[in-house]
Formats: sequence, structure tokens, C-alpha cells
Amino acid sequence: MLARSCLRSTRAFAGARNGAINFSKRAASSSSGSAAEQSPLGLNIAAVASTAVAAGSIAWYYHLYGPTAHAMTPAEEGLHPTKYPWVHQEWFKTFDHQALRRGFQVYREVCASCHSLSRVPYRSLVGTIMTVDEAKALAEENEYDTEPNEQGEIEKRPGKLSDYLPAPYKNDEAARFANNGALPPDLSLIVKARHGGCDYIFSLLTGYPDEPPAGAQVGAGLNFNPYFPGTGIAMARVLYDGLVEYEDETPASTSQMAKDVVEFLNWAAEPEMDDRKRMGMKVLVVTSVLFALSVWVKRYKWSWLKTRKLVYDPPQASNTRH
Amino acid sequence: MAVPVRPIYDFLFRKNYSMLGVVFVSAFAFEMFYDTTMNKVWDNINRGRQWKDIRHKYAQEEE
Repeated sequence: MLARSCLRSTRAFAGARNGAINFSKRAASSSSGSAAEQSPLGLNIAAVASTAVAAGSIAWYYHLYGPTAHAMTPAEEGLHPTKYPWVHQEWFKTFDHQALRRGFQVYREVCASCHSLSRVPYRSLVGTIMTVDEAKALAEENEYDTEPNEQGEIEKRPGKLSDYLPAPYKNDEAARFANNGALPPDLSLIVKARHGGCDYIFSLLTGYPDEPPAGAQVGAGLNFNPYFPGTGIAMARVLYDGLVEYEDETPASTSQMAKDVVEFLNWAAEPEMDDRKRMGMKVLVVTSVLFALSVWVKRYKWSWLKTRKLVYDPPQASNTRH
Repeated sequence: MAVPVRPIYDFLFRKNYSMLGVVFVSAFAFEMFYDTTMNKVWDNINRGRQWKDIRHKYAQEEE
């Protein structure tokens, strides 16, 4: 009912509408020139305006989102450290514990005068860097607070294996005061805490130029190091050839000491690495065997389907009806 | 292949508890074998790098 009324209503205007459509169609198709010439100025203005709007919006969008925004200049970013082929960072390699021992010696004799290593206890040195007796003797060189005694007094006692390595300063304020306002960071997790990790610290320790390059701005009390973000670092160059005398008679060049202490700091940051990698190797071997097994089982189970042949046997021509 | 499959099956896997026991015991045995083998491989890869390889240098000095 509704449809029929709609039809009827359209039919009522059909004559007039058809005439109009036919007229316009005829004008557009038979005399194309006359339609374009109706208002060339208006059409041109419209084309120019729409093109300008399109180009302008693209330009505005690029201005907003196109170029990468750098929060820091390259100097503030610091030079990216060189990638070095650290053996202990290979998949199936442990730390070189002889190097750890040398690195700990460098830390104790050089770094420890300013930097703490407060998350490393003496007990963790046992069995990785030194023997029990050596670690005990080292711990006893320092004094630690006791529990309060009966009168509430806190006395001093020699260190035990369960104590942590002592910090060079009492607190951060004392450290800042002694170092011209700059705080030497704790080195326990420094390899994890800096972009570039081992590469960065090695580059930083060995990257001090003899004198700052021409035009470089070096603040008062600061030293120039291209690898340090901002290039002005409060720590001066500390590692020089022959600064430390290694007990295993390794030549103590600057880079040798830097390499050893970086490996030691990497151990301090992740002392579980040796065990983790050994476990990872076991897991990889077992899972690769299991994966190969599962691939074989899948192929075995699917072989009847994958090896079947479908043969199309066409019906005889005499039997077909067209 | 003259493997007597039938008696092995009857002895080890026919009863559920015996099958469970076989699974547990073989898992335990495999774990021991696998761990010792892989630890040997690991020590071979890292020969001279671990503490146990350099311990004798420092332990003997004490005694």
C-alpha cells in the first residue's frame, strides 16, 4: 500500500522532473562548451582556493607532526659509545673470573675513594672473586655498628661476611660536599642504569681527551668527556697506564683496567648471570629437541593427507547427457 | 628388531600406577643425566673462565 502510494506520488511529478533532467543532460552532453563558459572565473577561484586549502593543511600537518622533536642537542645527548665485542656478553659465556678479580682490585684501589658499591656484600665475593679467608680478612678491615647493647650504646665491631661494602662517604650530602657539588653515583647497578651499559662505561673511562677540543664549553671544575651527556663531567680522568699493579702480572694499561673494572661492575649489577646463562642453555637445548619432535610428529600424523593423490576420473562420453 | 614389545608393555604400562611410576622415575633419571652432561658441556665452553678454574691459585696460598 505504502509502496503503491509512493509510486503514484512520484508519477505525479514525473513529467516535469523528466523534462528538467532531460534538459540538463542535453545541455551537458551536446553543448559542453557552453556549460564551462558559464562562469570560468568562479570555477577558477574555487579550484585555486581548494588547492590552496589542501596544500596548506598538508603543510600545517607536517609542521605539527612531521619533523622529529629532539629534547636535547647532540652535545647534550653525548657521543654514542662504540660497540665492543665483550666476551662475557656472548650467549654461552660466563664472566672471566680472573678479570673480575682484577676489576675488583681496580675498584678498591681507584673507584672506591669516591664511589660506593653499597649493594654488594662480602659474602657474594666468596666463590666468585676470592676465597672465604680472603673475603673474611677484607671484611675485618672495616668497622660496622653493632646492635645496641644493654645500655643502648651502639658500638663498633669488625666486619663479617654478611656486611656490605662500606661507602666512602657517610651520606649523599657529604659526598656532594667533598666533590664540588657533584654526587658520585653508586656503582652497584651502574651497568644496568646507563644507556650503552658496558660500552658506555668503558668509553667514558677511556674517552678523556688530553685537552678539550677548540670551542668546547667546559664549566668550572668540570672535565670534558664527549661520551658524558652534556660533555662536562665532574669526574676527572682517573685511569692511567700502570696505576694499579695487578697480582697476576697483567700489564695494567688504561684500557685493560677499564675493561676489567667494567666487567666487574657488570658482575656487580647481575651476579646471577653465569647461572642464568647455564640454565638458558639447558632450556634452549631441551626445547629445540622438543620442537623438532613436535615437527616430526605433525608430519607423521599428516603424512596420509599430504601424500594422497586425487585423480579425476572423467565419466565416459557415452554416459553423459547434454 | 627382536624387541619383546608385549611383555614390556604389560610390565610397565598396563597398570596406571606402574605407568605413573615409570614416568616419574624416568624423568628423575633423565634430569640427572641431562644436568651432568650439560654442566660438562658448559664447563668445556667456559674453560678457564670460571672461579673453580682459577681457585687453586688463591686457595693454596692460604694453606
